[in-house]
Amino acid sequence: MLKNRIIPCLDVKNGRVVKGINFVDLKDAGDPVEQAKIYSDGGADEICFLDITASNENRDTIYDVVERTSKNCFVPLTVGGGVRSVEDINKLLNCGADKVSINTAAVQNSEVVVESSKKFGSQCIVVAIDAKKNGENWEIFTHGGRNSTGINAIEFALKMENCGAGELLVTSMDKDGTQSGYDIELMKIISSNVNIPVIASGGVGTLDHLAEGIKSGASAVLAASIFHYGTYSVKEAKQYLASKDIPVRI
Amino acid sequence: MNVTIVDYNSGNISSVINSFKEVAKDKVNIEVTSDLKKIKSSDKVVLPGQGSFKSCVDALNNISGLVDTLTEFAIANKKPLLGICVGLQMFADIGYEETETKGLGWVSGKVSKIDNQNGKYKLPHIGWNQINIVKDGKIFKDIENNSHMYFVHSYEFVPKDRNVISATTNYSSNIVCSVEKENIFGTQFHPEKSDKIGLKIIDNFLNL
Repeated sequence: MLKNRIIPCLDVKNGRVVKGINFVDLKDAGDPVEQAKIYSDGGADEICFLDITASNENRDTIYDVVERTSKNCFVPLTVGGGVRSVEDINKLLNCGADKVSINTAAVQNSEVVVESSKKFGSQCIVVAIDAKKNGENWEIFTHGGRNSTGINAIEFALKMENCGAGELLVTSMDKDGTQSGYDIELMKIISSNVNIPVIASGGVGTLDHLAEGIKSGASAVLAASIFHYGTYSVKEAKQYLASKDIPVRI
Repeated sequence: MNVTIVDYNSGNISSVINSFKEVAKDKVNIEVTSDLKKIKSSDKVVLPGQGSFKSCVDALNNISGLVDTLTEFAIANKKPLLGICVGLQMFADIGYEETETKGLGWVSGKVSKIDNQNGKYKLPHIGWNQINIVKDGKIFKDIENNSHMYFVHSYEFVPKDRNVISATTNYSSNIVCSVEKENIFGTQFHPEKSDKIGLKIIDNFLNL
């Protein structure tokens, strides 16, 4: 039986981890490679890097990070943040990323999704959707949540599925950073409308939130803070989910 | 020993290269090439494959002489060959992704879309699933039954002769996830992304 995935996410800026796990025995707490290795050794089903490097001159730092990580971690690696073009995707894949997540570029020009999924296969194209509740609906935002678009999140999710996305990474901007749990309604409505897997993101503060995310219909749950700050380990998260009869790989 | 990973523009093969190099260390020489001479003189060949059945078959055919060289290697000379994901699927006679496309025909059968039971099962089948080992395959040495492997695919290989199946996995139905026919091995899952247990499968192949 297919297991539900737990995906720790690391924010990487200028090639260094921001808000990394603070373990005493780490040689270099800011090294994304070492942090990714801790996660994969701890049973993470996938690793996600979100590149938040702001300046253009430092954008190439992510390629080196991905290359070094893929030589040390033998679980799937998803990389997102600042991916603009098919060429950017190609470069990340060549460095050893297994999947690339696209956000702003997918909204601005859906051809990027069409072309890249044809060229590299749907299996490596993840579309990241940042959504915010607006009345009865959810609206998507771009540029790391700064720009509103007026686009309905469900319609956009369906469009991305048709364009060839292999997965959707859905983040609730209302919940992100609050540690009050995923936006369950949003996850439910998106995952029941599409036939591709949904990764729930934004708002995890407790292990029970992970369980709620899976119960909402998401195939995978992504979390950053609870793992970064060492509140819980990936192993503890999995044991908790297993105790709630949620199938996980242990 | 020389092992060649066939580089034929079949999408992203960095993870395959990294994992084989990790396992091979300095015991085995890993070549990544489409050079026909190098393939011919290899002891073993790895045939990766990502993207669609059609795009991979087209990419193989785009390199003049490659299909013949691989067929000679695997069928006439009976040297060990491991196909991964679409690399395994291409063993079939025919595939139905995008359009009907002729495969290599090494292991008789077809490649068709997984039945998602009207949306009950999400596709692609992405993530960690358990394998049910149905015969003592050589690449499963010291691999426990029900081990988890990493999958990502929407199509399944349906061989004519069920005896070639070495493992299945349950997703919508019992999907063939590994075949072994004499010197020809294939996995639908990605050993290169299946953590330590996946590396063990690679090690088993290198130690054949």
